[in-house]
Amino acid sequence: MDGEHEGTPIGRRVVLGLLGLGGATVAAGPWVSRWLGDVSGALSAHDPTGLSSLIPGSGWRYYTVTSGFPYRPPATYRLAVTGNVDHELTLTTDDLRGLPRTRLTRDFQCVTGWRVPGVHWEGVRLATLLDRAGVQPGQAAVRFTSYDGTYTESLTLAQARRDDVLVVDTLDGKPIGRAHGGPVRLLVAPMYGYKSCKWLSAIEVTERLEPGYWEQFGYDQNAWVGRSNGRNDAPT
Amino acid sequence: MPRPDRLPRFSPAERRVHRSTAVLVGVLALTGAALYVPSLALLVGRRTTVEAAHVVAGLLLPVPTLAGLALSAPLRADLRLLNRMTTTDWRWLRRRDRRTARLPVGKFNGGQKLASAVVAGTGLVLFGTGLLLLAPARVSIPVGVRQGATIAHDLFTFGLLVILAGHVWLAYRHPEARAALRTGLVDREYAEREHPAWASQVW
Repeated sequence: MDGEHEGTPIGRRVVLGLLGLGGATVAAGPWVSRWLGDVSGALSAHDPTGLSSLIPGSGWRYYTVTSGFPYRPPATYRLAVTGNVDHELTLTTDDLRGLPRTRLTRDFQCVTGWRVPGVHWEGVRLATLLDRAGVQPGQAAVRFTSYDGTYTESLTLAQARRDDVLVVDTLDGKPIGRAHGGPVRLLVAPMYGYKSCKWLSAIEVTERLEPGYWEQFGYDQNAWVGRSNGRNDAPT
Repeated sequence: MPRPDRLPRFSPAERRVHRSTAVLVGVLALTGAALYVPSLALLVGRRTTVEAAHVVAGLLLPVPTLAGLALSAPLRADLRLLNRMTTTDWRWLRRRDRRTARLPVGKFNGGQKLASAVVAGTGLVLFGTGLLLLAPARVSIPVGVRQGATIAHDLFTFGLLVILAGHVWLAYRHPEARAALRTGLVDREYAEREHPAWASQVW
Protein backbone atom coordinates (compact mmCIF):
# COMPACT_ATOMS: atom_id res chain seq x y z
CA MET A 1 0.00 0.00 0.00
CA ASP A 2 1.27 3.44 -0.59
CA GLY A 3 -0.90 5.90 1.22
CA GLU A 4 -0.54 9.60 0.79
CA HIS A 5 1.88 10.09 3.64
CA GLU A 6 3.84 6.90 3.37
CA GLY A 7 7.44 7.06 2.18
CA THR A 8 9.71 10.05 1.77
CA PRO A 9 9.11 13.03 -0.56
CA ILE A 10 11.99 12.14 -2.87
CA GLY A 11 10.24 13.58 -5.93
CA ARG A 12 10.28 17.08 -4.49
CA ARG A 13 13.94 16.72 -3.51
CA VAL A 14 14.90 15.53 -6.99
CA VAL A 15 13.08 18.47 -8.60
CA LEU A 16 14.67 20.99 -6.23
CA GLY A 17 18.09 19.36 -6.67
CA LEU A 18 17.81 19.65 -10.46
CA LEU A 19 16.74 23.28 -10.18
CA GLY A 20 19.85 23.88 -8.06
CA LEU A 21 22.02 22.08 -10.59
CA GLY A 22 20.47 24.12 -13.40
CA GLY A 23 21.09 27.35 -11.52
CA ALA A 24 24.69 26.34 -10.83
CA THR A 25 25.24 25.53 -14.52
CA VAL A 26 23.87 28.94 -15.50
CA ALA A 27 26.09 30.66 -12.92
CA ALA A 28 29.16 28.68 -13.97
CA GLY A 29 28.33 29.10 -17.68
CA PRO A 30 31.56 30.71 -18.88
CA TRP A 31 33.71 28.06 -17.17
CA VAL A 32 31.50 25.15 -18.23
CA SER A 33 31.49 26.40 -21.79
CA ARG A 34 35.27 26.88 -21.86
CA TRP A 35 35.77 23.36 -20.50
CA LEU A 36 33.34 21.87 -23.04
CA GLY A 37 35.12 23.82 -25.77
CA ASP A 38 38.44 22.24 -24.74
CA VAL A 39 36.88 18.77 -24.64
CA SER A 40 35.23 19.12 -28.04
CA GLY A 41 38.36 20.69 -29.52
CA ALA A 42 40.37 17.67 -28.38
CA LEU A 43 37.70 15.24 -29.60
CA SER A 44 37.07 16.80 -32.99
CA ALA A 45 40.73 16.32 -33.91
CA HIS A 46 40.06 12.56 -33.91
CA ASP A 47 36.45 12.54 -35.03
CA PRO A 48 35.73 11.63 -38.65
CA THR A 49 31.96 11.46 -37.95
CA GLY A 50 31.62 15.12 -37.00
CA LEU A 51 29.43 14.09 -34.04
CA SER A 52 31.66 16.02 -31.64
CA SER A 53 30.23 19.20 -33.19
CA LEU A 54 27.02 18.40 -31.27
CA ILE A 55 28.79 19.08 -27.97
CA PRO A 56 27.31 22.32 -26.65
CA GLY A 57 29.32 25.42 -27.50
CA SER A 58 31.50 23.75 -30.09
CA GLY A 59 31.82 23.89 -33.86
CA TRP A 60 30.14 26.08 -36.42
CA ARG A 61 26.46 26.88 -36.16
CA TYR A 62 24.89 28.22 -39.31
CA TYR A 63 22.65 31.22 -38.91
CA THR A 64 20.61 33.03 -41.46
CA VAL A 65 18.13 35.83 -40.84
CA THR A 66 16.13 35.01 -43.94
CA SER A 67 14.10 31.92 -44.74
CA GLY A 68 16.89 30.03 -46.46
CA PHE A 69 20.57 30.00 -47.21
CA PRO A 70 21.11 32.14 -50.31
CA TYR A 71 23.85 31.37 -52.80
CA ARG A 72 25.45 32.96 -55.80
CA PRO A 73 27.96 30.82 -57.63
CA PRO A 74 31.45 32.33 -58.02
CA ALA A 75 30.94 32.69 -61.79
CA THR A 76 28.11 35.22 -61.46
CA TYR A 77 29.10 36.71 -58.11
CA ARG A 78 29.85 40.46 -58.03
CA LEU A 79 31.03 42.63 -55.15
CA ALA A 80 30.23 46.33 -55.34
CA VAL A 81 32.32 49.00 -53.62
CA THR A 82 30.13 52.10 -53.69
CA GLY A 83 29.01 55.15 -51.77
CA ASN A 84 31.17 58.21 -51.33
CA VAL A 85 34.19 56.96 -53.24
CA ASP A 86 36.16 58.37 -56.17
CA HIS A 87 35.67 55.31 -58.39
CA GLU A 88 32.99 52.71 -57.77
CA LEU A 89 34.24 49.16 -58.18
CA THR A 90 32.53 45.97 -59.28
CA LEU A 91 34.68 42.99 -58.45
CA THR A 92 34.48 39.37 -59.55
CA THR A 93 35.99 36.51 -57.56
CA ASP A 94 38.89 36.53 -60.04
CA ASP A 95 39.44 40.26 -59.39
CA LEU A 96 39.68 39.48 -55.66
CA ARG A 97 42.18 36.71 -56.34
CA GLY A 98 44.30 39.16 -58.32
CA LEU A 99 44.65 41.65 -55.45
CA PRO A 100 47.30 41.47 -52.69
CA ARG A 101 46.27 38.55 -50.48
CA THR A 102 46.38 38.19 -46.71
CA ARG A 103 46.11 35.12 -44.51
CA LEU A 104 44.83 35.17 -40.98
CA THR A 105 44.30 32.41 -38.38
CA ARG A 106 41.98 33.34 -35.53
CA ASP A 107 39.37 31.82 -33.25
CA PHE A 108 35.84 32.62 -34.43
CA GLN A 109 33.55 33.61 -31.56
CA CYS A 110 29.78 33.91 -31.74
CA VAL A 111 27.91 36.19 -29.39
CA THR A 112 25.66 33.22 -28.49
CA GLY A 113 28.62 31.37 -27.01
CA TRP A 114 30.09 28.96 -29.54
CA ARG A 115 33.69 29.35 -30.59
CA VAL A 116 35.65 27.66 -33.35
CA PRO A 117 39.37 27.60 -32.59
CA GLY A 118 42.05 28.44 -35.14
CA VAL A 119 40.08 29.15 -38.31
CA HIS A 120 42.28 29.84 -41.35
CA TRP A 121 40.98 32.67 -43.51
CA GLU A 122 42.39 34.07 -46.73
CA GLY A 123 41.35 37.13 -48.70
CA VAL A 124 41.98 40.81 -49.30
CA ARG A 125 42.25 43.50 -46.65
CA LEU A 126 39.19 45.72 -46.67
CA ALA A 127 41.57 48.71 -46.52
CA THR A 128 43.03 47.65 -49.86
CA LEU A 129 39.58 47.78 -51.50
CA LEU A 130 38.79 51.13 -49.88
CA ASP A 131 42.10 52.55 -51.13
CA ARG A 132 41.46 51.30 -54.68
CA ALA A 133 38.04 52.93 -54.67
CA GLY A 134 39.36 56.11 -53.05
CA VAL A 135 37.43 57.22 -49.97
CA GLN A 136 36.25 60.83 -50.31
CA PRO A 137 37.04 63.31 -47.55
CA GLY A 138 34.68 63.61 -44.59
CA GLN A 139 33.54 59.99 -44.53
CA ALA A 140 33.11 58.17 -41.20
CA ALA A 141 31.77 54.68 -41.80
CA VAL A 142 31.40 51.67 -44.05
CA ARG A 143 28.16 49.80 -44.54
CA PHE A 144 27.97 46.18 -45.67
CA THR A 145 25.04 44.55 -47.43
CA SER A 146 24.35 40.86 -47.83
CA TYR A 147 22.80 39.49 -50.99
CA ASP A 148 20.35 37.63 -48.76
CA GLY A 149 18.39 40.88 -49.12
CA THR A 150 18.04 41.57 -45.39
CA TYR A 151 21.31 41.51 -43.50
CA THR A 152 23.44 44.58 -43.09
CA GLU A 153 26.44 45.49 -40.97
CA SER A 154 28.61 48.54 -40.45
CA LEU A 155 31.99 49.62 -39.09
CA THR A 156 33.60 52.96 -38.46
CA LEU A 157 36.14 53.86 -41.12
CA ALA A 158 38.96 53.40 -38.59
CA GLN A 159 37.72 49.89 -37.72
CA ALA A 160 37.32 49.06 -41.41
CA ARG A 161 40.95 49.99 -42.06
CA ARG A 162 42.36 47.58 -39.44
CA ASP A 163 44.63 44.90 -40.85
CA ASP A 164 42.52 42.13 -39.28
CA VAL A 165 39.41 43.14 -41.23
CA LEU A 166 39.31 41.19 -44.48
CA VAL A 167 37.07 40.40 -47.42
CA VAL A 168 37.60 36.63 -47.54
CA ASP A 169 36.93 33.94 -50.12
CA THR A 170 38.87 31.04 -48.57
CA LEU A 171 38.16 29.18 -45.31
CA ASP A 172 40.52 26.48 -44.04
CA GLY A 173 42.11 26.23 -47.48
CA LYS A 174 38.83 25.80 -49.39
CA PRO A 175 36.55 28.22 -51.26
CA ILE A 176 33.90 29.48 -48.84
CA GLY A 177 30.67 27.51 -49.32
CA ARG A 178 27.06 28.52 -49.06
CA ALA A 179 26.59 27.84 -45.33
CA HIS A 180 29.60 29.94 -44.39
CA GLY A 181 28.44 32.91 -46.47
CA GLY A 182 30.31 32.26 -49.69
CA PRO A 183 31.60 32.82 -52.19
CA VAL A 184 32.73 36.05 -50.49
CA ARG A 185 32.11 37.32 -46.98
CA LEU A 186 33.49 39.81 -44.54
CA LEU A 187 35.75 38.82 -41.65
CA VAL A 188 36.03 41.23 -38.72
CA ALA A 189 38.43 39.06 -36.73
CA PRO A 190 38.50 40.95 -33.40
CA MET A 191 34.70 41.23 -33.15
CA TYR A 192 31.79 38.84 -32.57
CA GLY A 193 30.64 36.82 -35.56
CA TYR A 194 27.60 38.96 -36.39
CA LYS A 195 29.96 41.70 -37.63
CA SER A 196 31.39 39.33 -40.25
CA CYS A 197 28.62 39.83 -42.80
CA LYS A 198 28.00 36.67 -44.83
CA TRP A 199 27.06 36.55 -48.53
CA LEU A 200 28.61 39.98 -48.97
CA SER A 201 27.31 41.91 -51.95
CA ALA A 202 28.12 45.57 -51.33
CA ILE A 203 30.57 47.73 -49.42
CA GLU A 204 29.36 51.29 -49.15
CA VAL A 205 31.33 54.24 -47.78
CA THR A 206 29.00 56.53 -45.81
CA GLU A 207 29.21 59.86 -44.06
CA ARG A 208 27.43 58.58 -40.95
CA LEU A 209 27.42 55.21 -39.24
CA GLU A 210 24.22 53.28 -39.84
CA PRO A 211 23.47 50.49 -37.33
CA GLY A 212 23.37 47.00 -38.86
CA TYR A 213 20.73 44.28 -38.61
CA TRP A 214 21.51 42.96 -35.12
CA GLU A 215 22.43 46.38 -33.78
CA GLN A 216 18.80 47.35 -34.37
CA PHE A 217 17.89 44.52 -31.99
CA GLY A 218 20.18 45.95 -29.32
CA TYR A 219 23.51 44.23 -29.99
CA ASP A 220 26.60 46.39 -29.57
CA GLN A 221 27.95 48.37 -32.54
CA ASN A 222 31.52 48.02 -31.28
CA ALA A 223 31.40 44.26 -30.87
CA TRP A 224 34.91 43.56 -29.57
CA VAL A 225 35.15 39.94 -28.43
CA GLY A 226 35.26 39.89 -24.62
CA ARG A 227 34.54 43.60 -24.22
CA SER A 228 30.98 43.98 -25.46
CA ASN A 229 27.49 42.51 -25.31
CA GLY A 230 28.01 41.74 -21.61
CA ARG A 231 30.39 38.89 -22.38
CA ASN A 232 33.87 38.08 -21.13
CA ASP A 233 35.23 35.67 -23.75
CA ALA A 234 38.95 35.57 -24.43
CA PRO A 235 39.73 38.09 -27.22
CA THR A 236 40.14 36.70 -30.73
CA MET B 1 -19.88 -9.10 -8.94
CA PRO B 2 -17.54 -10.60 -11.54
CA ARG B 3 -13.95 -9.47 -11.59
CA PRO B 4 -13.54 -6.80 -14.31
CA ASP B 5 -11.03 -7.35 -17.13
CA ARG B 6 -9.89 -3.77 -16.98
CA LEU B 7 -9.21 -1.36 -14.14
CA PRO B 8 -9.59 2.44 -14.32
CA ARG B 9 -6.05 3.87 -14.25
CA PHE B 10 -5.97 7.37 -15.74
CA SER B 11 -8.67 10.02 -15.74
CA PRO B 12 -9.63 11.82 -18.99
CA ALA B 13 -7.89 14.96 -17.73
CA GLU B 14 -4.63 13.09 -17.13
CA ARG B 15 -4.76 11.55 -20.59
CA ARG B 16 -5.34 14.95 -22.17
CA VAL B 17 -2.44 16.45 -20.20
CA HIS B 18 -0.19 13.61 -21.30
CA ARG B 19 -1.23 13.84 -24.93
CA SER B 20 -0.89 17.61 -25.25
CA THR B 21 2.44 17.64 -23.41
CA ALA B 22 3.70 14.87 -25.70
CA VAL B 23 2.73 16.91 -28.79
CA LEU B 24 4.48 20.01 -27.42
CA VAL B 25 7.62 18.04 -26.53
CA GLY B 26 7.59 16.55 -30.03
CA VAL B 27 7.45 20.02 -31.59
CA LEU B 28 10.19 21.22 -29.25
CA ALA B 29 12.44 18.26 -30.07
CA LEU B 30 12.01 18.61 -33.85
CA THR B 31 12.37 22.39 -33.97
CA GLY B 32 15.19 22.25 -31.41
CA ALA B 33 17.06 19.75 -33.58
CA ALA B 34 16.55 21.97 -36.64
CA LEU B 35 18.06 24.88 -34.71
CA TYR B 36 20.89 22.97 -33.04
CA VAL B 37 22.20 20.30 -35.43
CA PRO B 38 24.19 22.13 -38.14
CA SER B 39 23.34 19.74 -40.98
CA LEU B 40 19.62 19.82 -40.12
CA ALA B 41 19.72 23.61 -39.81
CA LEU B 42 21.12 23.78 -43.35
CA LEU B 43 18.53 21.34 -44.64
CA VAL B 44 15.52 23.04 -43.02
CA GLY B 45 16.58 26.70 -43.13
CA ARG B 46 13.74 29.11 -42.25
CA ARG B 47 15.42 29.78 -38.94
CA THR B 48 13.10 32.58 -37.81
CA THR B 49 9.99 30.42 -38.38
CA VAL B 50 11.52 27.37 -36.68
CA GLU B 51 12.66 29.57 -33.81
CA ALA B 52 9.19 31.06 -33.39
CA ALA B 53 7.61 27.58 -33.32
CA HIS B 54 10.14 26.45 -30.71
CA VAL B 55 9.46 29.50 -28.53
CA VAL B 56 5.67 29.18 -28.75
CA ALA B 57 5.74 25.44 -27.96
CA GLY B 58 8.13 26.12 -25.07
CA LEU B 59 5.94 28.83 -23.59
CA LEU B 60 2.90 26.54 -23.89
CA LEU B 61 4.70 23.55 -22.35
CA PRO B 62 3.64 24.10 -18.71
CA VAL B 63 0.04 25.00 -19.64
CA PRO B 64 -1.45 21.45 -19.78
CA THR B 65 0.20 20.42 -16.51
CA LEU B 66 -0.82 23.63 -14.72
CA ALA B 67 -4.39 23.32 -16.02
CA GLY B 68 -4.45 19.68 -14.89
CA LEU B 69 -3.17 20.58 -11.44
CA ALA B 70 -5.77 23.30 -11.11
CA LEU B 71 -8.73 21.33 -12.46
CA SER B 72 -8.15 17.64 -11.88
CA ALA B 73 -8.25 15.99 -8.46
CA PRO B 74 -7.10 12.59 -9.86
CA LEU B 75 -4.01 14.27 -11.36
CA ARG B 76 -3.19 15.92 -8.04
CA ALA B 77 -3.66 12.58 -6.25
CA ASP B 78 -1.29 10.83 -8.68
CA LEU B 79 1.27 13.60 -8.22
CA ARG B 80 1.17 13.01 -4.46
CA LEU B 81 1.84 9.30 -5.07
CA LEU B 82 4.69 10.06 -7.49
CA ASN B 83 6.32 12.36 -4.96
CA ARG B 84 6.78 9.70 -2.27
CA MET B 85 9.27 6.82 -2.46
CA THR B 86 8.33 3.91 -0.18
CA THR B 87 10.59 1.10 1.06
CA THR B 88 8.90 -1.12 -1.56
CA ASP B 89 9.92 1.36 -4.29
CA TRP B 90 13.58 1.26 -3.23
CA ARG B 91 13.51 -2.55 -3.10
CA TRP B 92 11.89 -2.61 -6.55
CA LEU B 93 14.71 -0.42 -7.89
CA ARG B 94 17.49 -2.49 -6.31
CA ARG B 95 16.33 -5.99 -7.27
CA ARG B 96 17.20 -7.44 -10.63
CA ASP B 97 14.11 -9.70 -10.50
CA ARG B 98 11.88 -6.69 -9.79
CA ARG B 99 9.27 -7.64 -12.39
CA THR B 100 8.77 -11.17 -11.04
CA ALA B 101 9.48 -10.67 -7.33
CA ARG B 102 5.82 -9.94 -6.51
CA LEU B 103 6.70 -6.85 -4.49
CA PRO B 104 3.66 -4.91 -3.25
CA VAL B 105 4.15 -2.10 -5.79
CA GLY B 106 1.51 0.66 -5.70
CA LYS B 107 0.07 2.69 -8.59
CA PHE B 108 3.59 3.74 -9.67
CA ASN B 109 6.85 1.88 -9.27
CA GLY B 110 10.11 3.41 -8.04
CA GLY B 111 11.43 3.91 -11.56
CA GLN B 112 8.33 5.80 -12.66
CA LYS B 113 8.51 7.98 -9.56
CA LEU B 114 12.16 8.92 -9.97
CA ALA B 115 11.85 9.41 -13.74
CA SER B 116 8.83 11.70 -13.38
CA ALA B 117 10.71 13.81 -10.83
CA VAL B 118 13.76 14.06 -13.10
CA VAL B 119 11.58 15.00 -16.09
CA ALA B 120 9.75 17.64 -14.04
CA GLY B 121 13.00 19.15 -12.71
CA THR B 122 14.68 19.09 -16.12
CA GLY B 123 11.58 20.59 -17.72
CA LEU B 124 11.61 23.47 -15.25
CA VAL B 125 15.32 24.11 -15.90
CA LEU B 126 14.69 24.10 -19.67
CA PHE B 127 11.72 26.45 -19.26
CA GLY B 128 13.69 28.85 -17.05
CA THR B 129 16.81 28.91 -19.22
CA GLY B 130 14.58 29.22 -22.28
CA LEU B 131 13.05 32.36 -20.80
CA LEU B 132 16.55 33.76 -20.18
CA LEU B 133 17.47 33.07 -23.80
CA LEU B 134 14.34 34.91 -24.95
CA ALA B 135 15.42 38.12 -23.23
CA PRO B 136 16.31 40.57 -26.00
CA ALA B 137 19.87 41.83 -26.13
CA ARG B 138 18.91 45.27 -24.85
CA VAL B 139 17.78 43.73 -21.55
CA SER B 140 21.02 43.74 -19.64
CA ILE B 141 21.57 40.35 -18.05
CA PRO B 142 24.73 39.88 -15.92
CA VAL B 143 27.94 38.84 -17.62
CA GLY B 144 28.01 35.16 -18.44
CA VAL B 145 24.39 34.41 -17.52
CA ARG B 146 23.29 34.33 -21.17
CA GLN B 147 26.19 31.99 -21.90
CA GLY B 148 25.31 29.89 -18.84
CA ALA B 149 21.67 29.69 -19.90
CA THR B 150 22.72 28.53 -23.37
CA ILE B 151 24.98 25.81 -22.05
CA ALA B 152 22.47 24.68 -19.37
CA HIS B 153 19.67 24.56 -21.97
CA ASP B 154 21.89 22.40 -24.21
CA LEU B 155 23.11 20.05 -21.45
CA PHE B 156 19.71 19.51 -19.82
CA THR B 157 18.23 18.83 -23.26
CA PHE B 158 20.74 16.03 -23.74
CA GLY B 159 19.79 14.63 -20.31
CA LEU B 160 16.09 14.83 -21.09
CA LEU B 161 16.56 13.13 -24.48
CA VAL B 162 18.17 10.14 -22.72
CA ILE B 163 15.23 9.85 -20.31
CA LEU B 164 12.65 10.33 -23.08
CA ALA B 165 14.35 7.62 -25.12
CA GLY B 166 13.95 5.32 -22.12
CA HIS B 167 10.32 6.46 -21.70
CA VAL B 168 9.50 5.62 -25.32
CA TRP B 169 11.40 2.33 -25.15
CA LEU B 170 9.47 1.21 -22.05
CA ALA B 171 6.18 2.29 -23.62
CA TYR B 172 7.08 0.18 -26.65
CA ARG B 173 7.82 -2.78 -24.36
CA HIS B 174 4.59 -2.36 -22.38
CA PRO B 175 1.59 -2.16 -24.75
CA GLU B 176 -0.77 -2.47 -21.76
CA ALA B 177 0.63 0.77 -20.34
CA ARG B 178 0.15 2.47 -23.73
CA ALA B 179 -3.45 1.24 -23.83
CA ALA B 180 -3.98 2.65 -20.33
CA LEU B 181 -2.96 6.12 -21.50
CA ARG B 182 -5.09 5.79 -24.63
CA THR B 183 -8.27 4.46 -23.01
CA GLY B 184 -7.81 5.22 -19.32
CA LEU B 185 -8.25 1.49 -18.52
CA VAL B 186 -5.52 -1.02 -17.84
CA ASP B 187 -5.58 -4.77 -18.32
CA ARG B 188 -6.30 -6.30 -14.89
CA GLU B 189 -3.80 -9.14 -15.12
CA TYR B 190 -1.08 -6.73 -16.16
CA ALA B 191 -1.94 -4.45 -13.23
CA GLU B 192 -1.91 -7.37 -10.79
CA ARG B 193 1.54 -8.33 -12.07
CA GLU B 194 3.14 -4.87 -12.19
CA HIS B 195 1.17 -2.90 -9.58
CA PRO B 196 -0.35 -5.55 -7.25
CA ALA B 197 -0.92 -3.29 -4.23
CA TRP B 198 -2.74 -0.76 -6.41
CA ALA B 199 -4.76 -3.41 -8.28
CA SER B 200 -6.05 -4.95 -5.06
CA GLN B 201 -6.99 -1.48 -3.83
CA VAL B 202 -8.91 -0.50 -6.96
CA TRP B 203 -10.72 -3.76 -7.43
